[in-house]
Amino acid sequence: MDLINSVELTFELPDNDKQCYYQDIEKNKTAILEYQVITGGQYDVDVELLSPTKEILYKQIKSQFDSHQFTAAQTGVYAACFSNEFSTFSHKLIYMDFSLSDENPLPGVDEHATVLTQMESTAQEIHKSLNAILDFQTHHRLREAQGRKRAEDLNERVLYFSIIETSLILIIAITTVIVLRSFFSEKKPSQMHSNIRYGRM
Amino acid sequence: MINKIVILVLALIASCHGLYFHIGETERKCFIEEIPDETTVIVNYKVELYDPRSGGFMPSSPGIGMHVEVKDPDDKMVLSRVYSAEGRISFTSHTPGEHVICMYSNSTAWFSGSQLRVHLDIQVGEHAIDYANVAQKEKLTELQLRIRQLLDQVEQITKEQNYQRYREERFRQTSESTNKRVLWWSLAQTGVLLIMGLWQMKHLKSFFEAKKLV
Repeated sequence: MDLINSVELTFELPDNDKQCYYQDIEKNKTAILEYQVITGGQYDVDVELLSPTKEILYKQIKSQFDSHQFTAAQTGVYAACFSNEFSTFSHKLIYMDFSLSDENPLPGVDEHATVLTQMESTAQEIHKSLNAILDFQTHHRLREAQGRKRAEDLNERVLYFSIIETSLILIIAITTVIVLRSFFSEKKPSQMHSNIRYGRM
Repeated sequence: MINKIVILVLALIASCHGLYFHIGETERKCFIEEIPDETTVIVNYKVELYDPRSGGFMPSSPGIGMHVEVKDPDDKMVLSRVYSAEGRISFTSHTPGEHVICMYSNSTAWFSGSQLRVHLDIQVGEHAIDYANVAQKEKLTELQLRIRQLLDQVEQITKEQNYQRYREERFRQTSESTNKRVLWWSLAQTGVLLIMGLWQMKHLKSFFEAKKLV
C-alpha cells in the first residue's frame, strides 16, 4: 500500500475557470496547502479550502502566494479550489502543493520507538535540513520562473510593437503623400483650363 | 542520449492515491514540471468513470484508456501512449527545463460526456526513489539506508543548483536581448522617420514644381 503524502502540481487555469483538487485526509492529521501564481495577468487567484461538510476553512481573494497549515477536524475529502473567474482573458499558471505533513517514513528506520543512536539522530536532523533546503529551492525556482517569464514576454512584445510602429510610420508617410497628391490632381484640369483662359503661363 | 522509458502497468490493487480531480471525458489536462536534467519523474494515476446509476464513481472502469503525452522543453514528444484506466509512467529528463505532462481520455464522444475522476500523483527526483526496494535489493541496514537517502537528496540539490545557474544565464540573455532590441529599434525608427520626412518634402516639392505651383 503506497501512501502518497505530498503532491505538487503546476497547472494552467484558463480565464473564467474554477478548478478543484480533492484530498482524503484523516482526522487530526495536519496538512499544508501552498500555492503561488507563476504567470498571468496580475499574478492573482482566488483560493478556497473546503472541509468535507462544504464549510470554508480558508479563503483568499486575489492572492499571489500563500501557505496555509490546518488540522483536519474530521476524516473526509477536503477540497482546494482555485478560481480565475474574475479574469476575462488572462489564463494563469499556478503551482500548488497539497501535502500531509507526516512524511513517508523510511522503511525500517522510523518504525520502532527505541531510542536512536547519536548517528541516527544526527542523520535525521540532516534529513530535515535537506528537506528545508529543497523547499527553499522550490520557492526560489518559482520566483525565478516568474521573473524570467515576464522578461521573455517583454522581449517578444518589444519586437512586435517595434515592427508594428515602423510599418505604421511607413504607411502613414506614404498615405500622406498620396492624399496630398490626390487633392491637387483633381483640380488639375479646371486649373489648367482657367490658366489658359486668363492667359496665365 | 538514450531515452530510458520504463512503463509499468499496475494491476488493480488497492493503492491509495491521495489527490484527485474531475475532468470531462473529452477534456485535456496538462501539468508542467520544471526539472533539471537526468531527473526521474514517476506519474501514478487512476481514472474512474462517473456512474449515473449510483451517482458515484465506479471504482473499476474497464474500457477507459488514458492517453498520456510528455513533451520536453524543446516541444519534442518524449512519450505518447495510451494506457489503461490505471497506470504508472516513468521517464527521465535529458534536457533541463519545463516538461509538460498531458493526459486525456481516449473516449470517442464528440461533446463532453460524463465526468472522470482522476487520481494523480507525480513524484520528481529523489521523491521518486522507492527506498523499501533499495533496502531490500542492496541489503542495507537502517543507518545505511538513511545515509543513502541523504546522498540522494544532496545530489538532487546539486542538480537543482546547476539548473538554477543555467536558468539565470537564460534570464540574463533575455534581458540583454531586450536591451539590444530597444536600442536598435529606436534608432531604426528614428532613422525611418527622418528618411520618410526628407522623402516627403523632396517628393512634394518636385510634385508642386511639376504642377507649376511653386
